Amino acid sequence: MKYALAFTALLATPALAGPDPESLSDGLAPGEWQAVLDAAEGQTVYWNAWGGSTTTNAFIAWVGDRVKEEYGVTLEHVKLSDTADAVSRVLSEQQAGQDTEGAVDLIWINGPNFASMKGQDLLFGPFAESLPNWQYVDVENKDVQTDFTLPVEGYEAPWAMAQVVFIYDEARLPEPPRSMPALLDWAAANPGRFTFPQPPDFLGSTFLKQALIDLSGDNPALAKPVEAADYDAVTSDLWAFIDALTPNLWRQGRAYPQTGPRQLQLIADGEVDLAISFSPGEASTAIANNELPPTARTYVLEGGTIGNASFVAIPYNSSVKSGAMVVANFLMSPEAQVRAQDPEVLGYGTVLSMDKLSEDDRAAFEALDLGVATLSPAELGKALPEPHPSWMTRLTEDWIARHGVKE
Amino acid sequence: MSRPAPMPLPRATLPALTVALLTLPVGLGLFFTLAPALGYMGTGEAPFMRLADWPGIGPATRLSLSTGFAATALSLAITALIAAGWHGTRAFALLHRLLSPLLSVPHAAAAFGLALLIAPSGWLARALSPWLTGWSTPPDLLIVQDSAGLALIAGLTAKEVPFLLLMLLAARSQTRSEAHARVATTLGYARAVGWLLTAFPALYAQIRLPVYVVLAYSMSVVDVAMILGPNTPPTLSVQITRWMADPDLTLRGVAAAGALWQLALVLAALAGWRGLEALTARAGTALAMSGRRLHGLNTALRALGLALGLAVALSVLAGLASQVLWSVAGYWGFPDALPDDLSLRTWARHGPMLAPVALTTLLIAGLAALFALALVTGCLEAEARHGFRMGAGGRLILYLPLLIPQIAFLPGLQILMLTLGLREGLWPVLLSHLTFVIPYTLIALSGPFHAVDSRYFTAAASLGAAPNRRFWRLRLPLLLAPLLTAFAVGFAVSVGQYLPTLLLGGGRVTTLTTEAVALTSGGDRRAIGAYALAQTAAALLPFALALALPRLLFANRKGMRGG
Repeated sequence: MKYALAFTALLATPALAGPDPESLSDGLAPGEWQAVLDAAEGQTVYWNAWGGSTTTNAFIAWVGDRVKEEYGVTLEHVKLSDTADAVSRVLSEQQAGQDTEGAVDLIWINGPNFASMKGQDLLFGPFAESLPNWQYVDVENKDVQTDFTLPVEGYEAPWAMAQVVFIYDEARLPEPPRSMPALLDWAAANPGRFTFPQPPDFLGSTFLKQALIDLSGDNPALAKPVEAADYDAVTSDLWAFIDALTPNLWRQGRAYPQTGPRQLQLIADGEVDLAISFSPGEASTAIANNELPPTARTYVLEGGTIGNASFVAIPYNSSVKSGAMVVANFLMSPEAQVRAQDPEVLGYGTVLSMDKLSEDDRAAFEALDLGVATLSPAELGKALPEPHPSWMTRLTEDWIARHGVKE
Repeated sequence: MSRPAPMPLPRATLPALTVALLTLPVGLGLFFTLAPALGYMGTGEAPFMRLADWPGIGPATRLSLSTGFAATALSLAITALIAAGWHGTRAFALLHRLLSPLLSVPHAAAAFGLALLIAPSGWLARALSPWLTGWSTPPDLLIVQDSAGLALIAGLTAKEVPFLLLMLLAARSQTRSEAHARVATTLGYARAVGWLLTAFPALYAQIRLPVYVVLAYSMSVVDVAMILGPNTPPTLSVQITRWMADPDLTLRGVAAAGALWQLALVLAALAGWRGLEALTARAGTALAMSGRRLHGLNTALRALGLALGLAVALSVLAGLASQVLWSVAGYWGFPDALPDDLSLRTWARHGPMLAPVALTTLLIAGLAALFALALVTGCLEAEARHGFRMGAGGRLILYLPLLIPQIAFLPGLQILMLTLGLREGLWPVLLSHLTFVIPYTLIALSGPFHAVDSRYFTAAASLGAAPNRRFWRLRLPLLLAPLLTAFAVGFAVSVGQYLPTLLLGGGRVTTLTTEAVALTSGGDRRAIGAYALAQTAAALLPFALALALPRLLFANRKGMRGG
């Protein structure tokens, strides 16, 4: 029984919580790995991760099986409908003075949530760059040491690369619009055939940021906090665009899909022709799962699209930090990365550098068929950097005030 | 060696424990919702001002009132029309048989099934396209999640009609409604009109509290509103749930203020409903006194009752059927009426993850239903032995957890647990489920309990059987069928709980319901279908057992097979 296990683990942890909780409180030093492995065995790690995608859930379940076999770590996926739930949980624990035995041991995180947790000392670290598998990570070419312009400093470990792509059905829309102005014209000619997830959903907020970057020509002010910029001047084109676009959205903008995957169903149902995605491999995976028509394809905008890395972080009050680090390390392993990149499984971009891998591991990556709807790295192009996280917060608030309430 | 004295059943212990389980969570929860709403506990400045400043407060308030009133009025009207037009007929037996199992279909599953059915790309549109409608792509119509909440009203009505119909049937034995209706017929009234004018008022007095429960529930439901309700803005209860989950802790105060506003709305709505009752009663009396027989109306009322009753039953059943289909569908594009191919792929993919969640669900529901049944049976037996009956105050306490919106007191309970440093988990979830399971178990059991002929016990006592022996050897076997049904009702109630599991489980307790609702935020219909079906199966299973067991155990005693 999973509860019996959980209770046993709870009872057992005070006796064997990490190499020594005190020495770990400042992070992981290189060379301590064997002690971490020893302490991790038998621990139960609660990984708080968004649970709205069945493919991700299946992948996390597989990770659980593997770390159980390999390291004796039990992984429980706490399926969130919103990552903010876990952030608020750690925050309430900090305010209630619960500095050990927190409910969250590992959290799938990036951007504003990372900024907020790091800013409030809610994270354990640094640890990521001392993990054994860090040696394979492509720190030279992939943006894994900053998260939305903020330095990561080892407080979270990368496990997937993401870049904005648009999904369309080639059979219905042979020539999709390749810039935001073109999207606006196309929507005006084809009302009701496009929508985006409703902000504050992160993908909806990402659409706002993507539109802002595309329309403002990648204004350098976006790399700095929003307070430092002339907000109205930078965003006036964006709001004019959104105001013009909204009446031509699906359901005239009176309803929105609540999450990204909902858009795939809308395409499959023939309700919309175009959807934004943060995962270049998502469309291929969805075709394999019958969730998209076989004629679905992806593309990026002419001016490029935003990219970022997905990370896992460990809250400061987790009492199974060793187990959590074992999971974070496993996620960066070639074995897990190949599986995550397989479009039949997840279709996420790898964080590893092919040059640093052994020949066998490299061959495993090369043997992957990335899927009919996945763009090659050359077609994806270099990802545009994320704006400072404060932009996402501000744009989301503004959108809600302008369009979140219709009546 | 003397035998140990049999344990006496104290008069007040079990009733007191039950009352505590019903009132303490509600009372403490409300109190700890109040504190942050008034700005204590570090929840920021003036939560009520911030609530009033939320641009969606007006529409969300209107939605809460309009959907709640409409769903309740519609459910009650359909229930009354079915009973009025068709009581005692074969059509009524058929409708009853179709509707009863729907009572245990969890709200979320029914709502999701309805969405699959009526969306512009739903099964109805697929079945009629393109040959009838000419649609090759779905029309851009806002049907599900519409701003007026019509889909939400439909979804709630489909679930509340079976509940009210069963309540109405149970109330028949406590009134002389059938005799009234017969007298009306002999006076020349047609069936439906006569029943509505004479039998319904007495029956309504009996089911008033259940109707209030429906009103309070419909105004503040979270899971159904998340699936069928609008989002620009959402209903008040959904918005409160979102504030509760926001990383910005000062929004907890706003959530608490919203919860109190929701409570005030429900209380005001109940008062308003009470006023409408008086007006309706006056109009009904005037109509009856006028002596008009209204024969023309009779056929229309009967047809309407049958049509709406069938629509309710079929919409839920077809919704379930479309979930079955989606869970085994290959690619299924619009406007195909059926999927390209069928496969067990979805079940193979999700089966291994579904199994432990199903086990947790069954464990919680089984324990909650069992505890509730033991408590309720104990209370009823104490009543019988010590010769007291639950008064009006008792009934009110019983209905308290159902009348106070969950969203108004569960957040407070969560805050209380955090403040005390208690860990969310299985036990808090179980306790909170008990608060909602006990009332339904008592409602289901008390009628049959009191209906047992007391002369059996007098006879047994005169033969020398002590109270405990009478209870174990006579009362329980006699009540086997209703006991099992009450257990099944409690089980189904527990399976369907969303908000208590979410808030008091702290995310660590996943049941089929929390899983199904979480999945609906994603878009994988095949997975949602599988989980919703598993949820429905979990709720229906005990009902099947409750029907089957007495028939097996009492195969040779017709009168004890129940149902």
